[in-house]
Amino acid sequence: MELTGAEITVRCLQEEGVEFLFGYPGGAVLHIYDAIFQQDSVLHVLVRHEQAATHAADGYARATGKPGVVLVTSGPGLTNAVTGIATAYMDSIPMVILSGQVPTKLIGNDAFQEVDSVGITRPCVKHNFLVKSTEDLAETIKKAFYIASTGRPGPVLVDIPKDVTVNTAEFVYPKKIKMRSYNPTLKGHTGQIKKAVDLMLGAKRPMMYTGGGVILGGASQELVTLCKALGYPVTNTLMGLGAYPATDAQFVGMLGMHGTYEANMAMHNTDVLVAIGARFDDRVTGDLQKFCPVAKIVQVDIDPSSIAKNVKVDVPIVGDVKGVLNSMAEMVKDGDRKPDADALAAWWAQIDEWRKIDSLGFTASDTLIKPQYVVQKLYEVTEGKAIVTSDVGQHQMWAAQYYHFDQPRRWINSGGLGTMGFGLPAAMGAKLGCPDLDVACVTGEGSIQMMLQELSTMLQYQTPVKVVNLNNKYLGMVRQWQEFFYQKRYSMSYMDALPDFVKLAESYGHVGMLIDKPGDVEGALREAFGLKDRTVFLDFLTDPEENVFPMIPSGGGHNEMILGGRDAMVSTSEEGMVLV
Amino acid sequence: MRHIISILLENEPGALSRVAGLFSARGYNIESLAVAPTEDESLSRLTLVTTGTEDIVEQIIKQLNKLIDVVKLVDLTEGAHIERELMLAKIRANAAEKRSEVMRLAEIFRGRIIDVTDSNYTVELTGTGHKLDAFLQSLEPGDLLEVVRSGVSGIARGQKGLRV
Repeated sequence: MELTGAEITVRCLQEEGVEFLFGYPGGAVLHIYDAIFQQDSVLHVLVRHEQAATHAADGYARATGKPGVVLVTSGPGLTNAVTGIATAYMDSIPMVILSGQVPTKLIGNDAFQEVDSVGITRPCVKHNFLVKSTEDLAETIKKAFYIASTGRPGPVLVDIPKDVTVNTAEFVYPKKIKMRSYNPTLKGHTGQIKKAVDLMLGAKRPMMYTGGGVILGGASQELVTLCKALGYPVTNTLMGLGAYPATDAQFVGMLGMHGTYEANMAMHNTDVLVAIGARFDDRVTGDLQKFCPVAKIVQVDIDPSSIAKNVKVDVPIVGDVKGVLNSMAEMVKDGDRKPDADALAAWWAQIDEWRKIDSLGFTASDTLIKPQYVVQKLYEVTEGKAIVTSDVGQHQMWAAQYYHFDQPRRWINSGGLGTMGFGLPAAMGAKLGCPDLDVACVTGEGSIQMMLQELSTMLQYQTPVKVVNLNNKYLGMVRQWQEFFYQKRYSMSYMDALPDFVKLAESYGHVGMLIDKPGDVEGALREAFGLKDRTVFLDFLTDPEENVFPMIPSGGGHNEMILGGRDAMVSTSEEGMVLV
Repeated sequence: MRHIISILLENEPGALSRVAGLFSARGYNIESLAVAPTEDESLSRLTLVTTGTEDIVEQIIKQLNKLIDVVKLVDLTEGAHIERELMLAKIRANAAEKRSEVMRLAEIFRGRIIDVTDSNYTVELTGTGHKLDAFLQSLEPGDLLEVVRSGVSGIARGQKGLRV
C-alpha cells in the first residue's frame, strides 16, 4: 500500500520501537504532525524550545541506552536544535533528529524558514541526510538509526522537505541495513589484547582509567570483573562515572582538573595506564608534556581516531570495549601469570597515603549552606540511587565529586561541550525513560535560567523531577577563574535581579522551596523526595564564594594540584592563561 | 611530510563538503584537491595532497575513514606511485623571437600548444608538480599571463589498486 511520506516517517518510528518523540511543530513538518495525531504508539512530547527537545532526547538516551528521537521544523526549528545536537555529538550519544525542510523545488531560493540544515549540522553530527524523494525515506531513516546507535554512537540528522512528506511511496521498512562505507570495527585484535594483558600483569603501579565509552558500550559489569580479578585501582572520567561503583574500595575517584588527589597522583606515578573508552580530553590530562611521565599506555576504543589522538599509545586496541574487557578478563583468569602482589601492596599503601589528604574535605558551616553539603545530603536522602543530571559549572563538579555513583547511566551531564541549560530538559527525558527512578537536576541559578521554560513541559507530561538549585548568585565557575587568574575582577559573573524561584516554580504549577540554613537542607530534601508525583524546585542559597577543589590550573600536571581552603593560592603560567 | 591521499567517495551531494569541512574544522592543510566520477557512477575518486607530521597525517587518515561517505582510501605516498598534474598556461608570445622560445620550451617539457593568438600561446603540460614548477620558472618574468593547475592525481604502481 502506498503511504504518504509523513505516514512513512511515523511508521518508521513505530518500527524502531520509539516511545517518545521530542519536538515542536512548524510549517515544514505539519504533515508529519498530522500523521502523529492519527496514531498513539509514539508519544510526542511538546517542549517549549527546540534546544530542550534535543537535551530531553539526549537525557532519555543516556538514561536508557536507546536512541533519543527529535522532530523539529525547518529554519529556526533546526538552528535552535543545533546546540543540543552538538552536545550529543561531543558525548557520543545516539540520537536521530528529523527536521522539516522547505519543498525540494524551493531549496536554495531563500524560502521562508529555509536554512541549509545539512550544512549547518555537518560538523556536529555523525552523519546527515537530505531526503530528496519519498521512495528513499524509509531506508534513510533506517540508516539513521543504524548509524546513530552502532560503533561510536552519535547524532544523525534526516532533513525531510515538505513535498517528500506529501508524496506517496510503497512502505517497506528494511529489516537490516548494510553499508559498504560504514563498518565499525567491533572485535578487538586478539594479539593486541594479549600484548596488553602481558603489559598489565607486569605492572608495578597499574592504573585503570575508564571513560564514557564503558557506559555507552554497556560494559560496566565486564569492567568490574576485570578490575576485581586484577585488584588494580580504578579512576573514572567525568563521563565515565558510575561505570565502576564509586563506593568500591578500588575506586580512587574522578580524575582530571577537579579530580581527587589520589586519582591524579596515581595517574602521575603509574607505570602502566589502561585507558578504556576514554579519550584523553584536555580536562583529564592537563599539560600533555607532564602527563603520565613514566607510564606505558594501553588504549581501548571503538573509534580508531580516538586512539593516539592526544597521547602516544604503546598498545592500541580498536574494538568494542565490552568484548575486549571480556577477553582481557578471560586471559587473566586462565593465564598462569598473576599480578605482582608485593608491588601491588606497596602501590596501594602509597595510594592510601594520598587518600589521607582527604582532598574532597571541606569546612562545614552552621550559618552558610555549603554547596558540597547539599550534594552530600542529596546522596544520603536518595540512598545513592537517583539519576542525577546537571548543568555546567561549579555545581556540576560538586555533583560529580560528592554524589557517589554505583551504577552506570545514573549520572547525566554535558561533559564534552559543557552546555549550560542541559540539566533540566535532560532530567525530563531521563524521567520519561526511567519513570521508577528518582531524578534530581543539580543546577545553578545561571544554568537553570537557560532552559527554565521546560518547567511548563514537565507539568504537561507529569515528569516529577527534583531541581536542586545551588544558588550562589554568581556564575560560579567563571567567578572562580576570575578570582584566581584575574585578580578578583568579577566581570559579568554576578547574577543580579534573580527571580523568586519559589513563586516561579509555583506559577508553573510545581512546588517551590527556599532553603537558606544548613540545618534545613536535609529536611527539605526529604520533604521534596517524599512528594513522589510532583516536580519540586529547591532553591538553596549557598555560600557565594565557595570554590571547587582540588584544582589543576590550566597548564598544570596531575602532580600540581591545588588543594582546598578559601585562601588557597591558585595561579597559572603565561601558557596556562591561553588555555580554556 | 607531503602525502597524497586517494579516496573513493560515495557520489552523493555534499560528500565533497564533508571532506573539505573536516580539513577546515580540524585545522589540517589541503595543498590540492582533485575530484571526478569514476567508471562506477556511484563513486567519485578524490585525490588530495596534504602536509603534516606523521601524527597529524595518521589522524587525517583516521578522520577521513570515519566519514560515512568515504568508502575506501589509500595513502599513495606509502608505496611506489605515479602522480600527475595537468597545467594550462597562457604565455605572452607577441614577437617572433618569443613565439619560437615558447615553442622550444614547450617541446623540451613535452607540452603542447593548444591555442594560438597573435599575442599569446596556451600550453598544455602534464607531469609532477616539480616539473610544472620548473616549466614556469623557465619562462621570462612577466611572460606568464595566466595559469590553471588541476591539482594532483595519482595512482599506485603495479598490481595494487584502490577499488571497492
